[in-house]
Amino acid sequence: MTFRKYLVLAGITVFAAAGDSMLSHGMKQTGTISIHHLQGVILAILNPWVAVGIVLLLAFFASYMNALSWADLTYVLPATSLGYVLLALVAKFALHEQVSPMRWLGIALISGGVGFVAGGPALTAQHPDANSKSPLLEKEARSGVPEHASAASTGAES
Amino acid sequence: MRHIYTWSGILVVVFFSVVGDILIARAMKQVGDVHAIVKRSGVWTVVGRVLSNSNFFLGVTAMAVAFFSLLFALSWGDVSLVAPAAASLTFIGNAFAAKIFLHERVDRRRWIAVVLVASGVALLAG
Repeated sequence: MTFRKYLVLAGITVFAAAGDSMLSHGMKQTGTISIHHLQGVILAILNPWVAVGIVLLLAFFASYMNALSWADLTYVLPATSLGYVLLALVAKFALHEQVSPMRWLGIALISGGVGFVAGGPALTAQHPDANSKSPLLEKEARSGVPEHASAASTGAES
Repeated sequence: MRHIYTWSGILVVVFFSVVGDILIARAMKQVGDVHAIVKRSGVWTVVGRVLSNSNFFLGVTAMAVAFFSLLFALSWGDVSLVAPAAASLTFIGNAFAAKIFLHERVDRRRWIAVVLVASGVALLAG
């Protein structure tokens, strides 16, 4: 794992959390959209919160695809779930909402899950049609050695 | 009766989310490591490869269907049930699907991570 890849994972986390909260804030201002009043969708997009939320979610999607090009789906999804924790912390400290003990337990479980998956290798699957994969990654995928350990020793990934 | 609507809505959302995630993941594995390609031949090569990948478009379509079925499910059931249930079941579904369709090695470490995150998400929004 290079610093740049950690940045991509952090980007997924932050863009998803910020995009979702802006979208939800904006949608509360525009009101309910029903199938019978589809013009409401146009009004919703004109709301600045919704517009910025959509841009952030596009940034999220770009970083998500970037991460999936070099890491497993079962690595990327748990590794970026800290966004949920981020949302709860924003609710607590920025919006001064009450965070119940159940929610703190949820935060603890998610953080534990992130810690678990982050300690393992990022890529395990064999992809014969991927043309840019280094032999280093395939070797470590079989042996299960964490990527940073072997990459650091050979300096192959920079 | 309302419960059946809500839960089938949730299952439809989960199904299309998982299909979308799997297809996007497969598309990006076919594209190859984006960082390496950008370094070698520039950003537009990546854009070109993504836009010429049919799995990418199928995946985006599935995600769009998931998004709109979520909107429908939200109009049938409570946000506090539908959103966390869909998010948390999608985590579990993705782990199974990634093992079967993407041949990812989902070892014990990853199962534990998936179960912890899924139950954490369920608690957080519940």
